[in-house]
Amino acid sequence: MTPVLELRGIDKSFGPVQVLHDVSFSVYPGEVTALVGDNGAGKSTLVKCVGGIHPIDSGSYFFEGKPVQVHSPRDAAALGIEIVYQDLALCDNLDIVQNMFLGREHKRGLVLDEDTMEEMAAKTLQSLSVKTVKSIRQHVSSLSGGQRQTVAIAKAVLWNSKVVILDEPTAALGVAQTAQVLELVRRLADQGLAVVLISHNMNDVFAVSDRIAALYLGRMAAQVKTSEVTHAQVVELITSGRSGDLGLTNGVPA
Amino acid sequence: MTTTLKAPRAESRSIGSNVRGYAERVRGGDMGALPAVFGLVVLCTVFSILKPAFLTSGNFANLFTQGAAVTVIAMGLVFVLLLGEIDLSAGFASGVCAAVLAIMLTDQGLPWYAAVGAAILTGVVIGTVIGTLVAKLGIPSFVVTLAAFLGFQGLVLLLVKGGTNISIRDETILAISNKYLPPALGWGLLAAGVVGYAALQLLRARKRTGRGLAADPVSLIAVRVGALAVLGGLAVYFLNLERSRNAAVVSLKGVPVVVPIIVVLLLVLTFVLRRTGFGRHLYAVGGNAEAARRAGINVDRMKISAFMICSTLAAVGGVIAASRASSVDPNTGGSNVLLYAVGAAVIGGTSLFGGKGRVLDAVLGGAVVAVIENGMGLMGYSSGVKYIVTGSVLLLAAGVDALSRKRAAAAGLR
Ligand SMILES: Nc1ncnc2c1ncn2[C@@H]1O[C@H](COP(=O)(O)OP(=O)(O)OP(=O)(O)O)[C@@H](O)[C@H]1O
Ligand SMILES: [Mg+2]
Repeated sequence: MTPVLELRGIDKSFGPVQVLHDVSFSVYPGEVTALVGDNGAGKSTLVKCVGGIHPIDSGSYFFEGKPVQVHSPRDAAALGIEIVYQDLALCDNLDIVQNMFLGREHKRGLVLDEDTMEEMAAKTLQSLSVKTVKSIRQHVSSLSGGQRQTVAIAKAVLWNSKVVILDEPTAALGVAQTAQVLELVRRLADQGLAVVLISHNMNDVFAVSDRIAALYLGRMAAQVKTSEVTHAQVVELITSGRSGDLGLTNGVPA
Repeated sequence: MTTTLKAPRAESRSIGSNVRGYAERVRGGDMGALPAVFGLVVLCTVFSILKPAFLTSGNFANLFTQGAAVTVIAMGLVFVLLLGEIDLSAGFASGVCAAVLAIMLTDQGLPWYAAVGAAILTGVVIGTVIGTLVAKLGIPSFVVTLAAFLGFQGLVLLLVKGGTNISIRDETILAISNKYLPPALGWGLLAAGVVGYAALQLLRARKRTGRGLAADPVSLIAVRVGALAVLGGLAVYFLNLERSRNAAVVSLKGVPVVVPIIVVLLLVLTFVLRRTGFGRHLYAVGGNAEAARRAGINVDRMKISAFMICSTLAAVGGVIAASRASSVDPNTGGSNVLLYAVGAAVIGGTSLFGGKGRVLDAVLGGAVVAVIENGMGLMGYSSGVKYIVTGSVLLLAAGVDALSRKRAAAAGLR
């Protein structure tokens, strides 16, 4: 299977500090790829490079097998890459539909085409089997954390996106709401999207992911199939960069 | 996943559910126009009982011309307040623009439209400069506009050459605040407005029903249109009464010319805020600037536009004020104008914290401020007492705003 998104040999420094070293990362359609690593390992930085927020220093970026240049969030969005940031970025004073279309409103001439937007938003939420919101004309301020996360995810899939990246989507959620969001993550992948899930929770990772990519101090320690590793092995990869014959030897991938 | 997603087709929007939804919002802290409408009713009742002169056609017409300038300036302030910013210079900006108008009319002898154009252009420039300082340099708007407040006060003084005043004799400009529509035209405009409103509402409901989306039922539309017709009808009827003491010599009746001007501004600006992408983005920036930025909205540009709109409307307010006073002096747009305008917006329900507000708020709040000013004047209170009362009302409104925010936070709505 060819990856929909592939990074090879990515280096990224902030001034004198090199945060990513020779990172390679592949994401496949129809799969959930979990991106794990300790605090400061470089997960968010890698995702921001993918999303065009940070320019990469060197390395190559392939989308659907073709080399591409991504210099801004708009470039990434144009390819079909959507990122749900941990701090959500929803406007409390707008309703669900307005949030989902923010910055990309449908218009007829000068006038907002509310009806079309409402239809599309309802269709997207229905296709995700979202059943927890009362009305899509509800202000986002009245939603629970899980519902807000759901809206943020729905916003990401509204655009026929191919890759959806979720940065710690369950970090602030309770048990039931975490389950809801994970269920949604799985459903996205089952619909053929490539999903990247950043999480510190091994249970979540093993519950939904098909592949696990472990970053260790800015290096990709290993990218493995979830079914081929154990909990303990992944924890070892995260904390020491290697586990048995998996991972880095002397700081270089095996 | 307990509750079910009411698909839009199934979502009922009966009168009952509308009322319930409204009650829910009020309980959740979103009082909307409720305090302003309630205040208006109470104030009008009290003044009518204490001072029957309050309830005369002449005084009613006065209310409109008295409150017009502040209301228009407040409309502009709504745009800035929506972003969580403030424009303390709006009052004196209107003074500067009024002075420009007066100078163009008298010293330069320009026709009224050219002079109005110059005044409005001045407003545009002022707003652009203030907006740029706030957005690009990152100086807090409070400070920039406080500096501008002082600067413009000086500028007005210089423009009208220290202490004198420039009187305005142009018929068209004077007509804005001092002339009235022929009674038939008043009725005609109201009828056109009501019919247009009904048609728009029905058309929208039909379009939405046709697409299977939740639409307002005809009964609700009928109630709204009926309310507009009755309130508008009463106002026009009242304003069309003869209020000249000597009708044989000079007849005084009709809707003040400034009223249709305010109505048009209200409609156009409401359209901009509710129905265009620009308006949507203003709300977004006011609600969560970072989210707006990530959604690809140019936040700086939104800020500059908001200040530009605010100062431009201040210019319009200045023209109206100049018309009412028939002159421009160093105090035009000064003293209580700014406070009244901010008060009007906040009393009407626009939040000082950004993200919440409507142009209609400025009109409702402007009415409250005008009624206080007018009624207390009739009762013979001094300016001192009027200031204190208006200040207290502003404080009360800001308190309601802050409390409803807290309440919304407690209810998990924010
Ligand atoms: N804009 C920046 N400028 C300088 N250094 C940065 C910047 N962004 C991130 N870093 C550094 O890069 C390293 C990786 O940060 P990153 O946020 O990618 O970690 P992370 O894996 O997402 O961690 P966490 O699990 O805590 O979210 C950290 O040492 C951080 O200090
Ligand atoms: Mg992170």
